[in-house]
Amino acid sequence: MENNVSTEKKNSEVIVVTSGKGGVGKTTTSANVGTGLAKLGKKVCLIDTDIGLRNLDVVMGLENRIVYNLVDVVEGNCRIKQALIRDKRHPGLYLMPSAQTRDKSAVSPGQMIKVISHLREQFDYIILDCPAGIEQGFQNAIAGADRALVVTTPEVSAIRDADRIIGLLEANNFKQIDLVINRLRMDMVKRGDMMSASDVVDILAIPLIGIIPDDENVVISTNQGEPLVGNDTFAGQAYANVVLRVMGKEVPFLNFEKGISFWTKVTGIFKKA
Amino acid sequence: MKRFFRRKSSCQIAKDRLKILLISDRVNCSPEMMELIKADITKVISKYMKIDAENMDIQINAKGNKGGRNKTPILYANIPILDLHKSV
Repeated sequence: MENNVSTEKKNSEVIVVTSGKGGVGKTTTSANVGTGLAKLGKKVCLIDTDIGLRNLDVVMGLENRIVYNLVDVVEGNCRIKQALIRDKRHPGLYLMPSAQTRDKSAVSPGQMIKVISHLREQFDYIILDCPAGIEQGFQNAIAGADRALVVTTPEVSAIRDADRIIGLLEANNFKQIDLVINRLRMDMVKRGDMMSASDVVDILAIPLIGIIPDDENVVISTNQGEPLVGNDTFAGQAYANVVLRVMGKEVPFLNFEKGISFWTKVTGIFKKA
Repeated sequence: MKRFFRRKSSCQIAKDRLKILLISDRVNCSPEMMELIKADITKVISKYMKIDAENMDIQINAKGNKGGRNKTPILYANIPILDLHKSV
């Protein structure tokens, strides 16, 4: 009975996670948003489009289970189903890894669109982890996407690149572009040594969908290969809220100030002692 | 100590730098292109009046709705006229 549901009816959403600059948290955001959606019962496919420098598999903790990859699918060495790795911890969560030994030219935007249109039939959400830069890897990643999450940190370099990326997405007729501000440090914002979330939103002028505090638990969760979305950490809670907003729910932004100022007080006491 | 208090916060410096940076990034106009535009404007205006091409100044500024992405860049040209009544 599910089979006669057409591609359009499935209403799947294809989201590209991009940033321009490297190292701002695209892969972490892809992993957490994808996992979070799956935790809420959605069927999710994560695609690593960074050919030659794959990372999403390690962040997800699925690096030991790769047999086929995106390039194998495109070149017809395997069926799409064979390249999808099922995440046993979350029903409905799948990863299509990228190839490590090839380069960006192995895939074209047209081929990406084709792969994605097949995946649309089976999944509610398809999350594309975009490589850094604005070359072919970026063009491949955005080709089949409906909407975008632009990740930035509150730094001049990352914001500049994000602005460029937003311009390119607009030129490619993206209707929905949302901003994720990563690694915000409330203590530095208070001191006047870091741009606040509203400063960044003023400059980039696109809707804000998430503020992720700078949280060492992100490193810990990456070490363990288990995304922290939804667990009892600041970043985990913040990502859980991003997931709800991605699904269209209105969620107030967390106030990290409380927790962090308390924490600085505690460490302050120890430093004095 | 006084200098410490008078100092602009690094956050404000970052914002000021970004504002200027993003305008030139969005306009995407190289200095070479500006020179070409300047030369062409001089040529056209010189047909009708005598101008001081040495001291003319053109620049692109972003003006428009507050902070939005839809800032429309505007080309300003400051052209000193030497003789308004150049016979055609």
